[in-house]
Amino acid sequence: MKRTALATLLVALVLWTSAPGTAQARELIVSAAASLTDAFSDMEPAFEKAHPEVDVIMNFASSGALYRQIEQGAPADVYASANPKWMNKAVQNRFVAEDDVAVFARNALVLAVPSDNPASVSSLDDLTKRSVKSIGIGTPETVPAGQYAKGALVGADLYDHLSPKMIFGESVRQVLDYLVRGEIDCGFVYRTDAVKAGKDVSIVAEVPLENPVTYPVAVVLDSASDEAARKFVAFVLGGEGRALLEARGFKAP
Amino acid sequence: MDFIWIDLTSPAFITPFLLTLKVSGLAVVFSLVLGVAAAFLLTRRPFPGRDLLDALCTLPLVMPPTVLGYYILVLVGRRGFIGQWLQDSFGISLMFTWQGATIAATVVAFPLVFKSARAALEGVGSRYEDAARTLGQNELSVFLRVSLPLAFRGIISGGMLAFARAMGEFGATLMIAGNLPGRTQTLSLAVYSAVQAGNDALANTLVLIISIVCVVILVITGKLLQPKFRQ
Repeated sequence: MKRTALATLLVALVLWTSAPGTAQARELIVSAAASLTDAFSDMEPAFEKAHPEVDVIMNFASSGALYRQIEQGAPADVYASANPKWMNKAVQNRFVAEDDVAVFARNALVLAVPSDNPASVSSLDDLTKRSVKSIGIGTPETVPAGQYAKGALVGADLYDHLSPKMIFGESVRQVLDYLVRGEIDCGFVYRTDAVKAGKDVSIVAEVPLENPVTYPVAVVLDSASDEAARKFVAFVLGGEGRALLEARGFKAP
Repeated sequence: MDFIWIDLTSPAFITPFLLTLKVSGLAVVFSLVLGVAAAFLLTRRPFPGRDLLDALCTLPLVMPPTVLGYYILVLVGRRGFIGQWLQDSFGISLMFTWQGATIAATVVAFPLVFKSARAALEGVGSRYEDAARTLGQNELSVFLRVSLPLAFRGIISGGMLAFARAMGEFGATLMIAGNLPGRTQTLSLAVYSAVQAGNDALANTLVLIISIVCVVILVITGKLLQPKFRQ
């Protein structure tokens, strides 16, 4: 009895291996950085409405993971990275052409506080106040947002002075989470993160940066749907794409 | 903790849910076959390199899943050693497919089956096996008719653990199958995307569903395997 049940289950599983596929439209695989999840999810239907002959399939992961996939021959057609580092690698190793790379969005690094602002922070200079006990920042060695923040604080000659108060997060999302839960007095996150958190987090100040936070996009040279890929990149760079990005807190390049 | 009510019949939920069941189920079938075979080989007489092979079979259990995923990617990617052969001989590419996700899930689930199968087979003891041999049974027959039935419950409990592990698989799957909504996005990848999009309520709800499904499956399987009487 038990065996029959198990055997039936196994047979059912092995038989159930066909996924219904509808391949009328031309498929276009867009590998986009995880931080672009909401903005690019908005783009998919908007682009398909304008180009019904193309079926856009999104692939969201960290910029580094997406690069590794392309390096190993994954069939991605468009690559949108959250920082120039991985895109430059892709250019160096000839996965994308240098002339094809275009910056489509910018982000700002902001100093943010939990909505009740427990330590009454209103500017970068306030961080030295005694009432500020904890400052959230991404680990500068591994988190780009932390790297940007450290650079700005070193430039303002504040980093060493503030480091005893710093709470290091392993990602910018973790710093944001601490802010949402009110675990820290203030923290450095991207403007888009603060926008996502809605009413739980308030932006105090934009942090002036030497190198702006940019998002590059390019057509993958191996792309089997080169024409559609170029159309998609043009859409992202165009007015409609820009509007969708701005709605999610990104800035025009 | 925010939760939202989601329509359990909507494609937004049902597609990743069915995909997760399919991938995890197949991963368990494969890891049961491979894990029991490996355990059988390693519980026989000692041979040179046996401990090394045992360690290799356990390795996926301790390796960071993203690193594991990268290794799988290097092997079965289009430029990989196995991937190139599959492409040239059969025109198959595993990148960004649910079959690729199944391979990733099988690799992470395998050590759990292997470990419990090995412990169960070693626990059978040689008395019954020797008795069967004296009755003229060959090695394969001894294994199939004596060792395997006696070790069956231990192996199946390993399979249950493997299923739960495959259901939660994230890192290796992301590398090889990608995170393509509607195509390779399993439940745990859907959670990741929901968090990335700032949709925490959806993420919490999906996590709750995964937990409930896992508990229900483990309880049902546990019931199925309860002994009718204490031995």
